[in-house]
Amino acid sequence: MPKKLPKKDVVIIGLGWTGSILAHELTDEGLDVIAIERGPWRDAPTEFPPNYAQDELRYRIRHELFLRPEQNTFTFRNKMNQTALPIRDWGSFMPPNGVGGGGVHWNAETFRFMPSDFVLKTHLTERYGAAFLPEDMTIQDFGVTYDELEQHYDAFEYLCGTSGTAGNLRGQIQEGGNPFEGPRSRPYPTPAQKQPFSHTLFAKAARELGYKPFPQPSGNLSQAYTNPLGLRMGPCTYCGFCEWFGCGNYSKASPQTTILPLLVRKSNFTARDNSEVLHINLDRSGKHATGVTFVDTGGVEWEQPADLVILSAYTLFNVQMLLNSKIGTPYDPVANKGVIGRNFTHQTISSVNGFFDNKKFNFNPFIASGAIGMCIDEFNGDNFDHGPHGFVGGGYMGQVQTNGRPIQSASVPPGTPKWGAVWKNATRDNYLSTVKPGTGVHGSFYSYRDVYLDLDPTYTDRFGRPLMRMTIDFHDNELKQNAFLTDKFAEIIRAMGAHTLDKQYRKGPYDATDYQTTHLNGGAIMGTDPSTSAINRYLQSWDVPNLFVMGASAFPQNAGYNPTGTVAALAFWAASAIRGQYLKNPGPLVHA
Amino acid sequence: MTMRRREFLAGTAILVLSTMKSRATIISGGLPWTPDAGTPPIPVRPGPWHYFTSDEGRAVEALADRIIPPDPQTPGGKDSGCAVFVDRQLAGPYGRSEGHYNQPPFMPGTKQQGSQSQKGPAAVYREALAALDRYCQSTYQGKRFADLSDEQKDELLKNIEDEKTKLEGIDGKSFFAQVIKDVQTGFFADPIYGGNRDMVAWKMIGYPGARYNYLDWVDRHNERFPLPPVSLMGRADWSPKP
Repeated sequence: MPKKLPKKDVVIIGLGWTGSILAHELTDEGLDVIAIERGPWRDAPTEFPPNYAQDELRYRIRHELFLRPEQNTFTFRNKMNQTALPIRDWGSFMPPNGVGGGGVHWNAETFRFMPSDFVLKTHLTERYGAAFLPEDMTIQDFGVTYDELEQHYDAFEYLCGTSGTAGNLRGQIQEGGNPFEGPRSRPYPTPAQKQPFSHTLFAKAARELGYKPFPQPSGNLSQAYTNPLGLRMGPCTYCGFCEWFGCGNYSKASPQTTILPLLVRKSNFTARDNSEVLHINLDRSGKHATGVTFVDTGGVEWEQPADLVILSAYTLFNVQMLLNSKIGTPYDPVANKGVIGRNFTHQTISSVNGFFDNKKFNFNPFIASGAIGMCIDEFNGDNFDHGPHGFVGGGYMGQVQTNGRPIQSASVPPGTPKWGAVWKNATRDNYLSTVKPGTGVHGSFYSYRDVYLDLDPTYTDRFGRPLMRMTIDFHDNELKQNAFLTDKFAEIIRAMGAHTLDKQYRKGPYDATDYQTTHLNGGAIMGTDPSTSAINRYLQSWDVPNLFVMGASAFPQNAGYNPTGTVAALAFWAASAIRGQYLKNPGPLVHA
Repeated sequence: MTMRRREFLAGTAILVLSTMKSRATIISGGLPWTPDAGTPPIPVRPGPWHYFTSDEGRAVEALADRIIPPDPQTPGGKDSGCAVFVDRQLAGPYGRSEGHYNQPPFMPGTKQQGSQSQKGPAAVYREALAALDRYCQSTYQGKRFADLSDEQKDELLKNIEDEKTKLEGIDGKSFFAQVIKDVQTGFFADPIYGGNRDMVAWKMIGYPGARYNYLDWVDRHNERFPLPPVSLMGRADWSPKP
């Protein structure tokens, strides 16, 4: 029997970005909040201080800050007729662990989705006709619009101190920014970061080809900043140990730098670390959550009763928690019915390495930050006519080289042997003069009937619960999109002056061993119809109204941007609905 | 609630739960902080092999020197410590695949599903190095791999890479790919882990190492960064002279 703890107003599952935002908002409302986090407490002075944080082997290669697959992993297959096997060591994505969640090790690329991304199905159908979309594509509108989220994007950017150049200020297009972005109500809180040599060279080449390059919006700050909570951050030092690492310098926006120091001082907030929630408890009706059951690393089981449950773990763990808690109908791809697990997506990533004459070009690739870069948006979303191309979707592309860490980034031209004197000399001759964008082409990944999550029939976790099974592959639409975008990107790298290109197209089948991004989405999607969505437009469970589910698991499909800006905006939007509507009259906020 | 009151009186409180094994804590009242709480890396010490037998160590040194051959400017894989790096890694969590999902059943899968092997890298090296020496002894008049000429080693490794030569009982191609990866990782990793001795690899490519501030350099475009590399242990010339 679990030991029963005193009841709280709110229990939060997972203390990453969205858990921290909700905890801050709901404690401000006067509620007594407890957050339960599977991993350890993390803070810069103890976990990644600048005297040893810059360790590529430990953090990048051996995954120090991430979940261990032995704690929890997933089974994976490409097609429904294959046997899924466990992901025994991480590859294509990196699940976070510990306080701060993905906000510790992210690049801090802080994009907004475009207005059309939120009404994707409607937009594409109106412009191209329903027959233009692949038959098994299951894209949907979000059920919330860009205009509704604008103030919440703004709140997150000002929380983080995001560095950038506005491209659209209240409808006025701004020189130097992204002209394709939705209108923003005010400029970024801090100016764009300075750009290293290769990034400026990319911008120049892009401009000469007729594009409108803009600095990537960055949560690595260009200057010192005090956020609305009174927390102070220092300027980024371009150390090149950002993504996969924690920032030892208080320069990268994270829960640790922007929320937690204030949150933990509130008398109505408590956190428990090293404590994993096993399931959300329901009453006999199955329509009301009574709290959660969790187990700490000592193996002791606890029950935490609460009036309101916020599920704010990473995408995949949100879905797994719902399946394990038997909340919502699991998705059945054959019948195309049910909601939990449907519209699972990732990102369509590729890149092009450019090799330059080392007598003329010295890029010092180690001078960089996680969200540095110059990008273009001409080929994102529906910013170009897809009619002639036979696919939908797109992405931003850019020179976003985030580091020169040599284990991963020392590159040789295509055709070079993998070892021996020729390899050694090529490595020496190319290190300083190679353009190696992190995610050069950052494409959308739309949803399909046969890309989904469910429980595995064979493999179990350390508690004996079934692992979650991922069935995922690239469809022709995304592969066509990627070929088109990668070629466009290569033209710009060539125009920068590269003598040799290494075009790394995204090819199928989806490979779970090849790191792409950690932008997994969907599985507990938001929408307007309970038969095709797990949560309503306020991220409230259709089935259990005192449960709200945060995170990218809410995305019906993925846009050609990094998700965190939108994930955080949705968290502020949900918090606002809880504070303004739900608490006054607890119950469904939308009647279907 | 009395617990809250006690924590409040103590200012910042971390309450370690009573269960001995548990590291779970309750955090409230302020940021948890204790002095000297970090976990800095432990430097590799030179000395005898931790995992390899002496024959295995010789073979891996020989492999490291063919993967990264010495040249007049930069030492090869052996003298830069890559075999020591691999040895210490195999003796540690990496060698045992610690933290990986190691539950059965183990079934063969597709390349996209990743390794489904029950064996960690340490066991793989033990078997494969034995198979490599057995092959050499039967093909080259009793010589082990380390005793072949450089030309013979290169030819054999090329044939293993191209799957023209098969080693008995093991997947030679994927083993050699793993050795390449491990040796090159050791070459470029911080010297604190045993390879990249005296930061030779970083000097070779022009990487300044574990520095943390390039604010003055971000907009000095197309200029060679002038400062020498630094490791997590500092630099030899920073140490006090005896």
